Amino acid sequence: MSLFRIALRNLWFRKLPSFLTMLSMALGVALVVLVLTISGMIERTFKQSDNVGYNLIIGSKGSSIQLTFNTVMFLSEPVENIPYWYYMEFIPGADGRAKEFQRVGGKLDEPERKGKYASLVSGGFAIPMCMGDYVGPFRCIGTTPQYFEMLRYGEKDSSYEFAEGRNFVDYSDENGFYEAVIGSQVASVMGLKVGDQIYASHGKEGGDTHDDGFRIVGILKPTGTPNDRGAFVNMEGFYLLEGHIAPDRDPITGIEVKGSAVAPERESKLSKVRLPIEKREVTSVLVKGAGMSVIGLEDQVKKSSFATAVSPVREITGLLEQFVTPVKIGLFLLTSMVCVVSAIGIMVSIYNSMSERKRDIAVMRALGASRDHVLQIILIESTMIALGGGIVGWLCGHLAGPISNIWTQKTTGTTIGFLSSANSQELWLVPGMVIVGILSGVVPAISAYRTSVVKSL
Amino acid sequence: MLEIIDLKKSFREPSGNQISILDVPIFSMKAAEQVVLRGESGCGKTTLLHTISGLLDCDSGSIKLDGIELTKYSEAARDRIRADKLGYVFQTFNLLPAFTALENVKLGMTFARKTIRSERATELLSRVGLKDRMHYLPSQLSVGQQQRVAVARALANQPRLLLADEPTANVDPANQSKIIELIQEVCSQESVAILLVTHSDEVAARFSRVDRFEDLNRAAEQTQTSVDE
Repeated sequence: MSLFRIALRNLWFRKLPSFLTMLSMALGVALVVLVLTISGMIERTFKQSDNVGYNLIIGSKGSSIQLTFNTVMFLSEPVENIPYWYYMEFIPGADGRAKEFQRVGGKLDEPERKGKYASLVSGGFAIPMCMGDYVGPFRCIGTTPQYFEMLRYGEKDSSYEFAEGRNFVDYSDENGFYEAVIGSQVASVMGLKVGDQIYASHGKEGGDTHDDGFRIVGILKPTGTPNDRGAFVNMEGFYLLEGHIAPDRDPITGIEVKGSAVAPERESKLSKVRLPIEKREVTSVLVKGAGMSVIGLEDQVKKSSFATAVSPVREITGLLEQFVTPVKIGLFLLTSMVCVVSAIGIMVSIYNSMSERKRDIAVMRALGASRDHVLQIILIESTMIALGGGIVGWLCGHLAGPISNIWTQKTTGTTIGFLSSANSQELWLVPGMVIVGILSGVVPAISAYRTSVVKSL
Repeated sequence: MLEIIDLKKSFREPSGNQISILDVPIFSMKAAEQVVLRGESGCGKTTLLHTISGLLDCDSGSIKLDGIELTKYSEAARDRIRADKLGYVFQTFNLLPAFTALENVKLGMTFARKTIRSERATELLSRVGLKDRMHYLPSQLSVGQQQRVAVARALANQPRLLLADEPTANVDPANQSKIIELIQEVCSQESVAILLVTHSDEVAARFSRVDRFEDLNRAAEQTQTSVDE
């Protein structure tokens, strides 16, 4: 009979205390794994968002974090809008602004001139985004087809692919301006498929639903980015929805002119009449510039009176370093303390059992067991509790990830697989548990080592 | 096989006085010999067994077991010798409650250095009449059955000497003779010597050699004398 089997038998004989001690260790390790999983998930979400495919977000003045959260992650409250003509200043190319004027129509000062920031965006792009509506629980984003054509995501600079259908177009004979592309989660959660109509609700989740629906023409393949939970509609159609028309404003006071938010006359839903430039607003503009010109662009925009420019990478990294990382370290230390307390629990449990086991130890000694044998048996017991608890805790910690998907998928767009969050730090858990087991067994093992055979028989 | 010369052992009382427990000028046993040591309770019989088994250090003297001078060895070395050459049957059986009858017997083989077939454990249990109770825990066995397991365990590692400390003190009279018979029979078959201590006349009557502990141990005489005075 091996020492391992003897130790196992002893643990089995004290099933309840052994189980409870193991449970406390499992709980501690599960918490550590959970903290590592959650922080890994947050980091991964941030890093996925880190490479968003653009350098700057242009939006109204206010919180840069809010602008970033709103634009990149579709979280937080929607921010104020900026005029469409301001977006047009970013359109690259000598005739980019002029072409956009020709395409949309309306009133615009100096329609032939080049965009103010066009040269700084040269070689890149400027994609407008309009937000504020919802499709079910998901954000509805009005944008241009460029969103999926030009943007890249993830560490591999992947381009967006469609699981079904195609990208929406500026105008189609079948659907006019009313085409939409939805993210993978929107499709799965809402049970939508290509060909279905979606209706945006105005202003908030569960708000008044607009009359005009958008035909789904494409469903994105899962990307692991917030785009999985976005419903993207053609911006041209988005502008034509009730309540999306910007009113005229008094040039001095900025006060709305009553009754000025009027849609243009359109014969049918397939009409090619667009909302004119002066009636349009955008929530943000995604800008990709060339090299160092981005820094100059950011400075220039910040000097303007009503718009700001933020670097999403800097905001996300800053948030990660200033908030997420310290919280992660704090939680890690806290849960590590739980493991230490569990280790003390093992020690107390085995130590307390020593008084009732002195006789057993003395009998084993009388049968020829040396003090070293007894020491080893106790250390094996404590290590088995720590290791057993550790393995169970590790499994539970990782199982908690997939279980929490019901919640995390909806709120963060991130899916956690069973071992998808396992990282190199966890490799320390096994030797760590062995060390914890040995350390927690040392005191009772020494007590066993010193047991007087003659007095205990 | 066992030879003790000038063995002395004393303890310090809580009051600080040194009290002599063992003072054995000479004691010897032949191989496979079956000897009873009779003596009153508290006269030092158990201390003698503990000293022979190497569980207790002696103050001076010599203990030779199977030609090995035990007093020259360290505690760890004595542990190994005990595992190889000695079997122990206790007054209160001392079976480990977490282990089945079979596992208790196998435990006796765990610490020996010599190779012993694991089937020996089942053979021994069959010989002591517990073939059908091998997988029972001690708590599921009667007192007599527990002592039989203890006998099988003591003989598991094929010892040269079996030390038995009042093995029938907790057994009813009906089982008393059965246990002693069993110990004597199995030890005869295995050519194992027995040194059994008891204060029971009935048990002593079953052995051909009965030594009075008071005759062996001068410390017992001194203690008795001081009590008489």
